[in-house]
Amino acid sequence: MADFSFWVIFSNLLLAARWTVLLSLIAFISGGLVGVVLLFLRTSGVKALAWFVRIYVEVFQGTPLLMQLFLLFFGVALFGIELSPWAAAALALTLWTSAFLVEIWRGCVESVPKGQWEASSSLALNYVEQMRYVILPQALRIAVAPTVGFSVQVIKGTALASIIGFVEVTKAGTMLNNATFRPFLVYSLVALIYFALCFPLSMLAKKLEGRLNVAR
Amino acid sequence: MSPAETRPLVEIKDIRKSFGPLEVLKGISMDVAQGDVVAIIGRSGSGKSTLLRTINGLETFDSGSISVDGTPVIGGEKELKALRRKVGMVFQQFNLFPHLTAAENVALAPKVVLGAGAKEQAETAREMLEKVGLGDKLGNYPSQLSGGQQQRVAIARALAMHPKVLLCDEITSALDPELVNEVLRVVETLAKDGMTLILVTHEMRFARDVGSKLVFMHHGKVHEEGDPKTLFAKPGTPELAQFVGSIG
Amino acid sequence: MRKLDFSALLPYADALVEGLIFTVVLTLVSTLAGIAVGTVGAWARTSGPRWAGGLVAAYVEVIRNTPFIVQLFFIFFGLPAAGVKLSEASAAFLAMTINLGAYSTEIIRAGIDATPKGHWEAGLSLAMSRFEVFRHVVLAPAFKKVWPALSSQIIIVMLGSSVVSQISAEDLTYAANFIQSRNFRAFEVYFLVTALYLALSIAMRAALAALGAKLFPKV
Repeated sequence: MADFSFWVIFSNLLLAARWTVLLSLIAFISGGLVGVVLLFLRTSGVKALAWFVRIYVEVFQGTPLLMQLFLLFFGVALFGIELSPWAAAALALTLWTSAFLVEIWRGCVESVPKGQWEASSSLALNYVEQMRYVILPQALRIAVAPTVGFSVQVIKGTALASIIGFVEVTKAGTMLNNATFRPFLVYSLVALIYFALCFPLSMLAKKLEGRLNVAR
Repeated sequence: MSPAETRPLVEIKDIRKSFGPLEVLKGISMDVAQGDVVAIIGRSGSGKSTLLRTINGLETFDSGSISVDGTPVIGGEKELKALRRKVGMVFQQFNLFPHLTAAENVALAPKVVLGAGAKEQAETAREMLEKVGLGDKLGNYPSQLSGGQQQRVAIARALAMHPKVLLCDEITSALDPELVNEVLRVVETLAKDGMTLILVTHEMRFARDVGSKLVFMHHGKVHEEGDPKTLFAKPGTPELAQFVGSIG
Repeated sequence: MRKLDFSALLPYADALVEGLIFTVVLTLVSTLAGIAVGTVGAWARTSGPRWAGGLVAAYVEVIRNTPFIVQLFFIFFGLPAAGVKLSEASAAFLAMTINLGAYSTEIIRAGIDATPKGHWEAGLSLAMSRFEVFRHVVLAPAFKKVWPALSSQIIIVMLGSSVVSQISAEDLTYAANFIQSRNFRAFEVYFLVTALYLALSIAMRAALAALGAKLFPKV
């Protein structure tokens, strides 16, 4: 066991971190796409659609991400659908991410003054045109900082995929710990890797937010 | 004249509207002919802005009917779109799109709604902005313009759709006093060029000098209407007399 | 496809209730402790000595930029190697307190930063110390301002607590795992437990809103 040096542990964790990054990217991008669709439904003014999104958000924000993972991974298997840990994690994180992003973005859309909607509809633009040319360009500016900020939550959320057996950095940590019995070192390094991924994004979000406040 | 031309451009028939228990429009009827300049005056809360906003469908109404150039004001998206191509609107708070330059603000609807090409967009923007005296501000963003200039861009933006009628909702109320005249001069030029205008305004002198028709609203009704010069000189009701007196 | 059978859960009602109680108590206790930590942290960040402010800033960033499950594993598996042995429940409590402490430091600090300068000046002019102004003048309005954000964070921590099942702390998720290992009714169990979490978060939101209205009445 003694030959498990610091560097062996660290390099193995770094290799596993690639999967953390990849899963985060997939969840964030596909969650963002689903989020955009939900945003259109939510702000369309059609009551039934808005309610659907409300309930969607309530369910995914009001229940543990871990339960969502379990339901997809263990639960759905009972219906004859086999999901790999990889697919279950990507799917659960996508849904979860979209539920948060749609709420963040809705807040940004609603912060665009009502007069902008009135002026653009007075110019005979329809809903999609209003969103495309007038509302979203303005909402986007406000949305950048909190969206970047939320990407940190997505990265941290991927750690839960370890529980259903997806080997990313947390799972790799557990495995390395079982092999080396050096939990203090292993989990310190795991934490360090997450910190190295998340901290720059947190700082970027803060900086963007600051810039926006100055611009106003 | 053919029958089509004798028909009023804007026909408002017995419009009623309530906000909850409060009835703000209590049966308004009004005809506006081609080339009319109608000034609607009245205290705040008299329903004048609500009335104006029903004409392009920003406010719904509970009963009655409105039509503009034969197009009825009804709720569906398609109908509203057809209506709004004929009705321009200028707002108290300008409501310029802050992420677009003056020229882009003006060209947006021609581009999106009318499908104008890049060249046509540029021409329209220049022509309309020159019309309001801002031919040198094409590339400026709203934040780089004074309030009066912003409001003139907003007028140009509405004109770019070649509306049959232009609605102006207290368009000088948010302006510093020294900027009011530059906007009113633009509106006066439009009136002289034959544009049909419906204005909600507090500028009594402007209503008298430029208006072809005065409508005094009081408690959700048209209390008095007629020729502006006559009415200002000799109000027919004590309410109008008091209102005109209080404004000075 | 199998038929759903929720009656298979009935024999395990006790385990679910016990798990639910554990989750609720754990959340309650670590919320109180976490807000206490956050208040002290916010004081240090806004009015404390420089070194304390720096230390708290580092603590906040480390916690906010690492996953809760890693913090939990570090405390439960890592600390014993450094001579600190904790039970499952106390490790869970400690991890949640530290986690909420960091977030609430930032939230409460934002409330304090929003306090008009005049309030500080008025308090200091009345011969209060900076700490006294903080304690008597600044804190209550700051809390009132950030109560909604704090409430959301408390619910997030409650939902995050499902992870403590991974160190065998016997919470609601632990109960679910236990039951599905016995009756192999994973979907039914996780569905029901997810619904319980949802009900819990809705109830907590209402309770926190009511508490906020009581603690910080509208003036």
